[in-house]
Amino acid sequence: MLEMLNDPNLRWILFGSILLGLGNGIVGTFSYLRKMSLMGDVLAHAALPGICIAFMLTGVKEVWLFLIGAAAAALAASACTNLISRHSRIKQDAAMGIVLSVFFAIGIVLMTRIQHSEYGNQSGLDKFLFGQAASMTMGDVYALGGTALAVSLVCGLLFKEFKLISFDPAFGRGLGYRTAALEYTLLALVTVVVVAGIQAVGVVLVAALLITPAVAARYWTDRLATMTVLAGAFGAASGAAGTWISSGVSQLPTGPISVLAATALFGLSALLGVRRGLLSKLLLRRRAKRLWMLERQSNGDAGIAAAKGGGSARSIAERGRIG
Amino acid sequence: MIGAAAPLAVSGMTVAYRKKPVVQGVSFEAKKGELIGIIGPNGAGKSTLIKAILGLIPALEGEVRIYGKPYKQQRKLVGYVPQRESVDWDFPTHALDVVTMGRYGHLGLFRRPGRKEKELAFECLEKVGMAAFANRQIGQLSGGQQQRVFLARALAQDAALYLMDEPFAGVDAATEKAIVLLLDELKRQGRTVLVVHHDLTTVTEYFDSVLLLNGEKIAFGPTAAAFTPELLHRAYGGKLGFRMPVPTADSGE
Repeated sequence: MLEMLNDPNLRWILFGSILLGLGNGIVGTFSYLRKMSLMGDVLAHAALPGICIAFMLTGVKEVWLFLIGAAAAALAASACTNLISRHSRIKQDAAMGIVLSVFFAIGIVLMTRIQHSEYGNQSGLDKFLFGQAASMTMGDVYALGGTALAVSLVCGLLFKEFKLISFDPAFGRGLGYRTAALEYTLLALVTVVVVAGIQAVGVVLVAALLITPAVAARYWTDRLATMTVLAGAFGAASGAAGTWISSGVSQLPTGPISVLAATALFGLSALLGVRRGLLSKLLLRRRAKRLWMLERQSNGDAGIAAAKGGGSARSIAERGRIG
Repeated sequence: MIGAAAPLAVSGMTVAYRKKPVVQGVSFEAKKGELIGIIGPNGAGKSTLIKAILGLIPALEGEVRIYGKPYKQQRKLVGYVPQRESVDWDFPTHALDVVTMGRYGHLGLFRRPGRKEKELAFECLEKVGMAAFANRQIGQLSGGQQQRVFLARALAQDAALYLMDEPFAGVDAATEKAIVLLLDELKRQGRTVLVVHHDLTTVTEYFDSVLLLNGEKIAFGPTAAAFTPELLHRAYGGKLGFRMPVPTADSGE
């Protein structure tokens, strides 16, 4: 499979997927910490009708046209979610559930219609469901890379502000920060990375690339900066794995493979993560128990020694504590 | 002109979440260097009043002036300590980092906190007796320690007026003492502090003045004058829906 690196075209696609994963992981960190994990899913699913409408209006298969349609529909969906949760007693998560399914249903209806029309089979719209990295052209890869870099740059510039609105938005507002504007900026970034990822990973699964790397990264660190970088790295690795494997083996979809790779990273992290992984927790507990037993034992010895009138009681106790 | 220079002047503040106002027509004026307790039963609108003063929730009516000017022009003069439960303590950050957030208002957009900000934040942690925990993940701190981190963050803001939402809620004796010492120091420095408070037994000991609240203002003034059994009965007894004909009943404790 390594020989595909010699193919310049595949090399570019791989490069694009890595950047895409990077951008997704970085932005996803803030989505996850703001408890907005489902939002990426809503935006991605909502993109489908946007793509279909763009195709129906223009009749041409142009990726950038599709992406404009996708972004417009995603923004409409997030506006719907906000409207519902603000003007009714429906909570945000329920609102997101409603909007996600409605938009996706409209998308599927439109897509079925397109595929049964005369030019439907050439539209290639079905590729947007599960993604196909190999369908990316050089231009797509450039656009993808540029997007991912721009998104990472914004997150770097606004790192302090994003931290603030993720941890304590009310305090941020008290400090004079325009938290609503910052929240919309973050939402726009999520929209951009999700829409950018649709071609490679597909609308159904692209959100997994947003959240899973961030969740995995949380197991390794208690620092936001480290977590953000790590999530980016995990995302990049997942994107690379998905593209690589699916272009090397025929009949494998890119999106699901990327997501499986991300999930494997998550599994490893949950098991081995130094900060809160299962194994480190187990070791910590065992160590605490051993220390406790040792101390109790030495205290017991000390008690006996003291009863015998020996002067070494303290030294035994101290030795026990050091051990 | 005295009114114009007051650290905090609230007039006719009315706030409603739904139809019925939670806070109705509350007016008061805090003097410089005053420790004010905001007292009242659950649902009296204490937290709501503080949040409305800070513009965190919209008011139906009312005006807030900080040293004579609208709040929006004076944000840097106001420090806020939210309720401890308002944030996720599992967030990947450490105590010093949270306290450094207190400097963000002075830093402004894009600029990152540097050594100067971190040193100042560390000093604030020292003041609340938390220097030893500077690098501790905030989720590993006890409730009282978390509260002290929040107070240190407010100190880092270096404000002239502080609004604190139940800083004493669910803390141990050591933290309570640390908070009281801190309030006294703020007062000595001429800062004004408003504290939402629940423990009626400590009110006379801690506060110079009391704002007695139950939807509307029941009383405001020096603790000796406003914290009387009669007025307390009006604040707390009214809530239960009965009113004693003889207002000398010993209640509210």
